[in-house]
Amino acid sequence: MSTASDAADRIERIGIAVGLVALVAAPFVLYPVFVMKLMCFALFAAAFNLLIGYGGLLSFGHAAFFGTGGYLAAHAAKVWGLDPLLSVLFAAFGATVTGLVVGALAIRRKGIYFSMITLALSQMVFFVALQAPFTGGEDGIQGVPRGMLFGVFDLDKPLMMYAFVSAIFLLGMFAVWRVVHSPFGQILTAIRDNEARAISLGYDVDRYKLTAFVISAALAGAAGGVKSLVFQLASLTDITWQMSGEVVLITLLGGIGTLLGPVVGAIIVVAMQNYLATVNFPVPVITGIIFVVCVLLFRRGIVGELRHWASRRASHEG
Amino acid sequence: MDADIILKATQLTKQFRGFYAVRDVDLSVRRGAIHALIGPNGAGKTTVFNLLTKFHIPTAGTIMFDGEDITHEKPAATARRGLVRSFQISATFPHLTVLENVRVALQRPAGLAAQFWRSSDVLKQLDERAIALIEDFKLMPWLREPATNLSYGRKRALELATTLALEPRMMLLDEPMAGLGHEDIDHVVELIRKAAQGRTVLMVEHNLSVVSKLCDRITVLQRGEILAEGDYATVSEDPRVREAYMGKEAA
Repeated sequence: MSTASDAADRIERIGIAVGLVALVAAPFVLYPVFVMKLMCFALFAAAFNLLIGYGGLLSFGHAAFFGTGGYLAAHAAKVWGLDPLLSVLFAAFGATVTGLVVGALAIRRKGIYFSMITLALSQMVFFVALQAPFTGGEDGIQGVPRGMLFGVFDLDKPLMMYAFVSAIFLLGMFAVWRVVHSPFGQILTAIRDNEARAISLGYDVDRYKLTAFVISAALAGAAGGVKSLVFQLASLTDITWQMSGEVVLITLLGGIGTLLGPVVGAIIVVAMQNYLATVNFPVPVITGIIFVVCVLLFRRGIVGELRHWASRRASHEG
Repeated sequence: MDADIILKATQLTKQFRGFYAVRDVDLSVRRGAIHALIGPNGAGKTTVFNLLTKFHIPTAGTIMFDGEDITHEKPAATARRGLVRSFQISATFPHLTVLENVRVALQRPAGLAAQFWRSSDVLKQLDERAIALIEDFKLMPWLREPATNLSYGRKRALELATTLALEPRMMLLDEPMAGLGHEDIDHVVELIRKAAQGRTVLMVEHNLSVVSKLCDRITVLQRGEILAEGDYATVSEDPRVREAYMGKEAA
């Protein structure tokens, strides 16, 4: 009966425990900025996964929210001298507004058309980032101060910054988990499963899709905001369509519709990029190969396959 | 106006690129009746059905539900009025469990649908009602099984249980027997009979023995227009109906 999905959940719970331990140990073993970058991408992918994994909506323009968040946080911290936490919140707020506009337009279409509208609109956001007077054009916004959290904690200290990023990352992941396991999440899954039936039960499905879209955009914006504080730079790369593609790859590789999938995917992709950066072999070729192998051999993604394996084992025993 | 008529379509017409799928259909469904819509393939049954449930927009004509004009209402809004449809292909939420399927129907009326900040544990307060319905439809052994794992007949039962959870005033069933084996048909006939207590049912159905057993009024469609209407005896005696539809069956 339910033992199969229980077994799958158990494996993910073990994963969470391992992840939390690793999070505490990581800055003493690895380069903290690397782990912080990883957390930014993991949160970004988790936000994206909320939409595709539970809402069945493939956004191909999520870099628009990630990038918008990056620019807004950088601007708030550098020009206005806002508190780092407020800068991140401002980033999330700006991405929320962007998400509301993009979502309201895209949600009117389904499937590939939905994806194409998100792509087109994100290209417009990219254009704004390139041309607007406050974004620094090709250079982006450089020299963003990390600042003093609450005027007390100096985020220029690596461990302080690490704790700050970890807190936002964990909060963001909790937010995704909460939305998925909420009354709303249940309706969202129902709509993904059978939209016409959900309508016939009286649900205005567009409102639910838009809500999911906006929540996802807000979290992606927060991730982008944190990233610009970590690197002290808001850059054009974070808002390109390639970045929208990268988050698809991360999520697919880790496992669509799983809690830990985006984290595992982010670890693999970010680590690969970091370690291959020094090799002459072009990284896009390798990510391309991984993408193809993933789609052909393990479509559920790493965490998805693990869950599947666990639940099959449980149902054979039971 | 007759207060006894719960659903009334007047001069209902649907054109697809110049082709009349449905033309000038007048249909009145009495409150509390089990009304069937029959006719040969391509007669426009499903189109009428989609018009009544607002999944299509009529080219002309009006639809009144319980004295109110719903012609231009959105389908979800019509559903909230208590006019709820089923689908030809059984409509469950395949990745949700049987319990969750029924609960989805209960969530909206209970105001537990939009909260994304609360734990889904709050949905447990709906379990009692959901389980009562699931018991009625003999689905208890599969309570925590994803709907996709159920047999076709049980999916039908689950769909009816979910629909009934809304306590609709009127149900529209689109070929409820489609795809069922003989052994399941009698069971589903019983389910519909039970579900129809205290409410109105309009069903599109091919299986005439089911129609004769269940329905107290029958409307026959042919080429988008009404050919005949009456109880089973009247309709089955009608020579035009025999020729258009049953004659073919008898041959």
